[in-house]
Formats: sequence, C-alpha cells, structure tokens
Amino acid sequence: MNAKDEILARVRMALRDVPTGEIEADAPIDWQYGQPVEVGDVLDIFAERVADYKAAVVRCSQAKVPEAIVQGLQAAKVTSVVVPPGLDDGWRQAITQSGMQLHVEQPEAPLTNTELNEIDAVVTAAAVGTAETGTIMLDHTADQGRRALTLVPDVHICVVRADQVVSGVPEAVARLKPAVLAGQPLTWISGGSATSDIELSRVEGVHGPRTLHVIIAE
Amino acid sequence: MSTDVSRGSRARHDAEPARRTPAPPAGDLIDSPRFQEAVKVALANQQQRANLRHATTTIRGKRARVVAELDNWQELRQAGEQIKTRVGRHMPDYLLQFEENFTKAGGVLHWARDAEEANRIVIDLVRQTGEDELVKVKSMVTQEIDMNEALEAAGIAAWETDLAELIVQLGHDRPSHILVPAIHRNRAEVREIFLEEMGRYGTPAPEGLDDEPAHLAAAARTHLRNKFMRAKVSTSGANFLVAETGSLVVVESEGNGRMCLTLPQTLISVVGIEKLVPTFDDLEVFLQLLPRSSTGERMNPYTSVWTGVTPGDGPQAIHLVLVDNGRTKALADPIGRAALRCIRCSACLNICPVYERAGGHAYGSVYPGPIGAILNPQLRGTASEVDRSLPFASSLCGACNEVCPVRIPISDLLVHERHKVVEAKKADPPHIPHTAEPQLIKAASWVMADHKHLEWAGLGTMMGSVVLGKMLGIEKFGAMPAPLSRWTSARDVPMLPEQTFRRWWKQNRGDQK
Repeated sequence: MNAKDEILARVRMALRDVPTGEIEADAPIDWQYGQPVEVGDVLDIFAERVADYKAAVVRCSQAKVPEAIVQGLQAAKVTSVVVPPGLDDGWRQAITQSGMQLHVEQPEAPLTNTELNEIDAVVTAAAVGTAETGTIMLDHTADQGRRALTLVPDVHICVVRADQVVSGVPEAVARLKPAVLAGQPLTWISGGSATSDIELSRVEGVHGPRTLHVIIAE
Repeated sequence: MSTDVSRGSRARHDAEPARRTPAPPAGDLIDSPRFQEAVKVALANQQQRANLRHATTTIRGKRARVVAELDNWQELRQAGEQIKTRVGRHMPDYLLQFEENFTKAGGVLHWARDAEEANRIVIDLVRQTGEDELVKVKSMVTQEIDMNEALEAAGIAAWETDLAELIVQLGHDRPSHILVPAIHRNRAEVREIFLEEMGRYGTPAPEGLDDEPAHLAAAARTHLRNKFMRAKVSTSGANFLVAETGSLVVVESEGNGRMCLTLPQTLISVVGIEKLVPTFDDLEVFLQLLPRSSTGERMNPYTSVWTGVTPGDGPQAIHLVLVDNGRTKALADPIGRAALRCIRCSACLNICPVYERAGGHAYGSVYPGPIGAILNPQLRGTASEVDRSLPFASSLCGACNEVCPVRIPISDLLVHERHKVVEAKKADPPHIPHTAEPQLIKAASWVMADHKHLEWAGLGTMMGSVVLGKMLGIEKFGAMPAPLSRWTSARDVPMLPEQTFRRWWKQNRGDQK
C-alpha cells in the first residue's frame, strides 16, 4: 500500500466510531460567519489601531494622496522607490517629479532579489483594511504587485481607500475570499515587522520593512 | 553556493568534521529521563527560572488584555472547538478535498507515514534542485521529525530564520517553548551566543554588540539577509490547510516567514494532517483566536496565504509533505482525539505553574507544557520512561482548560492519559515497576462514586483526627516514612480537621440552598 492509501486507511480505522456522510449533523458549527463587529467609527479605529503598532498613519482626501506619498518618502529619507505595474498614474508621476529614482516593476522582467534589496522603498495600494486589528491586507493584484515587492525594501508606503476598510476580521475574510478562489496569495500586515523572541519584549523591525507608513484616502 | 565562512570554519565544537550547521546537544529526546527526574535539574537553574517567570508573566498579562477586548471570546472558542471537531471526525473527506484543490493549483502533494519517510521525501526534493542548503521557517512538525539533523546527515544545511530558533540553533541548544523556543535565554545570554557563533556560520555579529533586544534583532537581520537573498530552497510548516481552496496559511511576526515563502524557487512545506480547516471562512475564527492566545496581540505582524503556484509571484515549485507520525493513533482514541484540535498557540504553557517552574526541556520533547504532556504519549506511545511520566507532570489545577482557544479539556485528558499509563503498567508488570497508583485511584473512585461513601470517609478522618491529635500532641505532620516520604519530603501536611466541610456546612449554612 502506498503512503496515501495507508494513511487514509489508518484515519478511517481510527474513526470507525464516527458515522460517515453526515458531516453537518454529526459535527455542527454554531457560528454566524462574515458578521460585522461593533467598533464604533471604522476609520477612526483603523487609524488608531494601525498607529498602535508604531506605524505612521496619515489621513487625507483622495486628491492629496500623491502629496502624502511624497511626504512619506521624504520623511523616510529614501532615494529609490519601486512600485507595482498597476499603481495609480498620478501617484507614480508625483514620485518621479519629486526627483526620486523610480522603478516600475515589469512582470516580464522582474527585479532579482539582490536588485530589489538595493531599493529603499515600495509604494502600493491595498485590498482591505481591518479596523479592529489595525491590519492591512494585500491580495497582490496589479496595484500591489508580487509579494517580494512589499517585503524586501525597508520602507513600505501603503495607501488604503476608506471604502476598503471593514470592521473586523470576519468581514475582511469575506471580502478576500474571491481573490483566494482566483488563486491570488494574500499578505496580512499588522504594523512593521516585529519580534518578541528576546524576553518577550516587542522589538519593531526585523526582516520585513522596518518602516510602515499608511495613508488612508477618504 | 555557500560562500560565507560557514564552509571555512566548520563547527569547532565538533569531533565530526563534516557538519555544516551547529550541532544540537547529543542524544535523542525520547531517551530523556522521567519528567520528575529532569525537573530537579531544571529547578536548580536559577537563571532559567527567573527568565521563565519574567517571560510567562509578561505574556499572560498581554493575552488577558487582548482577550478581554472581545465580547464574543467564548463564542469564538466554541466555534474553534466545533470547527476542529468537525475536521477530526471527518478527516478523510477534508484530506481528499484539500488534495484535489492543492493539486489543481499546481502544488505537489506527498504523504508521509512517519518521521523517517517525511525526512526522506524532503531530502530527495532538495537533492532534485541540486542545492545543498535551505532556509527554514519555524515549524513544530519539522522539530518533531528532527528534520534538520536528517538534512545535515544528508549533507544539506538547514538555516533556522526565526529569531528564537536562530538563538537555539546557534546556541547548540534545544527549543523549550512552542512559540518562543529560546524563552529560557535572557538578553545577555543571547548576546554571548551571537558574538561567539554567528561568524562561524555566516555574517558575524557586529563588534561591540550590546544586549539591547533591538540591537540583537538587528544583528539577526544582518546575519540572515545574505542567506535569504541566495536561498533557492526553503521549508516551512503551516498553521492551517484550507480544504475548500487548497491554501496554506503561515502566521508569523518577523518577516522571516515571508522571506522563505516568497524569495526561493522551491518551497517544501511539512505539515501534520490535523492542520486542516474545512473552509476559507473558518479562518475568521482562527485568525482571531490564535494571535490573541499566543503572542497576546490583536493580530500578529504578518500572515501569508498561498494556493499552489502563483505565476510570476514567489516559488514556482510548491511541495507539501502531509505527515501522520502518530496522529492517526491519537485520532483512534475517541476521548484523546480532542488534543488534535490544538493550534499550537502555547497559552497553556504560559499559564501553567508547572511549566513556569520546570521549563520546557524537562518534558523531553519539542511539545512541552500541558498540551505536550498529552500529545507526546499520544504521538510517541508510552514505551519510553519520559512519555510514561508526562501525564503526571501536572497538578491538574485546570488553568490551561480556561485559556485554550479550542477548548481542549486538558486536565481531563491528562487524567485519561494517566489511566492509560496505569493500565499499561498493569498489563506489563515485569517490565514496568508497579506503584501504588492503581490502588489509590481505585480507592478514590469508591469514595467519590457516592455521597454516602464520601460521608463515611469524612467520619473516618474526623475520628482519626481526634485520636491522632490527642495521641501525638501535634498540629501538623512533617516528614513521614516511605512510601509517603516522597510527598512529605517537601511539604508539611496539616493535621486532619476535627469536622468535615460537609458537617460544618450543615451546622453553619444548613438553611441555605
């Protein structure tokens, strides 16, 4: 017997006390999925909870986003920036006009890991923002780019639209499901990279971007 | 591939010349002494006890604060329990559904009956890439199967990238906690390990490194950066496997997980069969329960979800080794199978008064603490001394039951496992020393079975108290002769009270219902 058949046979033998074929009746789940959670003002709480992770948070109008991006990059003292291919044209132009070196990722000619490691910052959009936990969720479509883009550069500026912000994890999971069914990977980001491995005291900044700068576009 | 100093200055600690990664302590965990013996060494280690007390106190406070934020925490726990119960009871359906969806998405699934088979599969997969090193995301199951040492023996270097695992690996040490494997080390010890060892295996620690945690983390970032950039192969575990979509989920903090899951060309994940959840929607329950229970955060810094191969994004060769290694044995026990609900959050370790004092190494396994005291004899059997001793490594105070995010009745299962050990002793008396436990448990069950029995027993102790107190003129018992000496060597036993609680209640509160 091959390993798969043997393991399945062992599992079936182990479960011979369990009636088969009646999953819902045999093991019910009393949980209402996808419900909003009570957090008060969703945008206020989102901004507050992101800031709790020591990330910078800026709230501005849609029109002011290009300016806010440039300010964020300047505050982080970066000179080179990579952006995903689908990033908003206006945001891209603002970066170029600020005099920073801009690299637009080309899917047919992606940067190597080492090249990416030489770039200071990345600017992306997001898929979902979750207020209760202060989490940004990426589904890595064209305005967010492949996963390595938002991982290797040390500064990540992420623009979240107000209509992308939901109350809690259940609503977020419901919104992200179509992307997963379409085969997209997800990255959930709650603050900058951190560790609590030494005496359980939290230290911000390990392998992921050490600076996370979130712009909420209202 | 490897051009750094790891090739040039192989482990000086080692007599064997060919090692590429730091050697762990000699010997197999399964040969560890009984918990009750090992704990004597651990209790004498003042530094470790101080480190553990500080760390567990901190994490308990953090957990309590973020759990109190959620009004529906108990409902979430119940949902977690119910979802995992469903998976456990109908595992064949979910295994096959997962296989279909994972394979459809371009993943290659491998099945491993035991540790040896899992390691062989991983070694073969690495060899097929032509590489001789890999970077590793922290994973409990790869610890369980001792994958690093199997790879080392095959000439493949596995570099731990989680900060705590790096501390353990560079320290020639073993993990002592599920979530924070180096919890037994303080900042000064970490600094020493980094200064001494980093240069032997890659980028050295900066000169003048102090013991500030932020500086230690920065040293780890620098040390590992080169390894991440050049790695062509990585291994991971997974916190969840989603049957409905064929997705894997890894929950982490530092970004080392994202590095390993994203940058190499080949990703080999090694995961136990119990990690399944039925639907993607179920993650809304577990991604609330897990971070709050484990690190005491509203959400962990990074969570990655991937479904097979994504063209143009991340590794283009995605493997998964599904591991049994004793899980089906645990599943076969209708009571004991509840332990397979465990999502490895470590809340039961952090709350446990025994773990806090004993530390993780005394458990002789990669799974320490209350859940380890159940899982180890379930997964490994009770043939070894250490596994027979583990169900007794508890005062049955029950604090773990209250914090478990999937409501595993841990203290009940400990009693259940004790019973199994006792039964095994009865069945095999020549090989296993007999003890008084079976008789005591038998006597206790007679007393507890009926309230009349309990009252008679109470009457007996009252009479005993009056007689003994008069005879001996004492108020408490000190050291007693064997076999009671093992208990009384460290404790005074108060004199039996002159009346039972039941009688006192009748006299003083008898009018209350």
